[in-house]
Amino acid sequence: MPVSADSSRLVYEGLKGCGVRLLSVLPETWLVHLVSLAEADPEMTLVRLAKEEEGVGVSVGAHLAGVRSAMLMQNHGLLASVNGIVSLAQLYRVPLLMLVSYRGGFGEEHPWQTEGGGVTEEVLRALRIPYLALERAGEAAARLRQAQTLAEASLRPVALLLCRDMMWEE
Amino acid sequence: MLRLEAMRAIYPLLAERIVVTNMGAAPAELFSLGHQPGFFYVWHSMGLASSVALGISLARPELAVVALDGDGSVLMNLGTFTTIARHRPPNLLHVVFDNEVLLSVGRSFSTATATGSDLAAIAAAAGIPRTATCHSPEALADACREALAAAEPAVLVAKVEPVGPASYFIDLHLLENRFQFERHLRGLRGGRQEIRRSQEGGGVKEGGTP
Repeated sequence: MPVSADSSRLVYEGLKGCGVRLLSVLPETWLVHLVSLAEADPEMTLVRLAKEEEGVGVSVGAHLAGVRSAMLMQNHGLLASVNGIVSLAQLYRVPLLMLVSYRGGFGEEHPWQTEGGGVTEEVLRALRIPYLALERAGEAAARLRQAQTLAEASLRPVALLLCRDMMWEE
Repeated sequence: MLRLEAMRAIYPLLAERIVVTNMGAAPAELFSLGHQPGFFYVWHSMGLASSVALGISLARPELAVVALDGDGSVLMNLGTFTTIARHRPPNLLHVVFDNEVLLSVGRSFSTATATGSDLAAIAAAAGIPRTATCHSPEALADACREALAAAEPAVLVAKVEPVGPASYFIDLHLLENRFQFERHLRGLRGGRQEIRRSQEGGGVKEGGTP
């Protein structure tokens, strides 16, 4: 499987490095190694969701309870979570770290990913969510730390887009 | 039964626990019985009250967490039963007040529970180990007491009349509630180690002002 195990490991180490101890996920192809790393890690509470929006609730609960968390999902999961993000995380001023696999961009071979890929950044901008496209795994640790610092300072969601060049080895 | 009667019957069980409500009548009636620092009211984002409660119960296994929900809300997030069932938090009780309507919209639009959808049966089929449907305040209080004593998650459905409070207003801004609640949960940990998010995590180090 050409999903990059090395990049996944660096992203996971970045998450651990900024103190994330609870991860809500809805798996997809690019995220398989990240989910496996969380599964194998006794320090991580892995919450397996039925639909991504639940993860907003879980992360809000974890934050109020004093545990750092993150959501791991595909960009279509971000689209499926919009009301939770707006009416819970933003309304209640809760930092929410979102790692979003950015499907449907240049190089995408699956037709069903392309519409979501085309609107992802516009949706993030419309929601006023600060985001960065993470294209090189070597930057993961620093960008994750910056994202979390901003989320906690602003008490708002922040997103990192996990891009094809980093996640997929052609 | 009236939801308010049901709420009054279980209030002594709620007062000392962590409670997360959905929006509408449940928070207004709970608030009218007496706000506690462990009560968190999730206005809007229908369906996510139980997800917030799940996050708290997984993050803090030592706390007893109760989600107070409604049929309209839980029908928007039926997957929550499957997620709770697969993680089986022993400290989570999910109470659903089922009045078979979307009451707070002003006119009583029926929900699917009015036409036979059985939330307790759905929860049981999702894998929730302890479920029941209660038709009296006493039965609900007994079921809550037993569920709180058991080391497994539970879903209790309380069938209530479609009657709400005169006003849904509560004199507690949602952000005031949110910060008080977070502080309360931090205090329950009993230590100072948790005073870290804004100071340490946010980049403000001890002794320095950026």
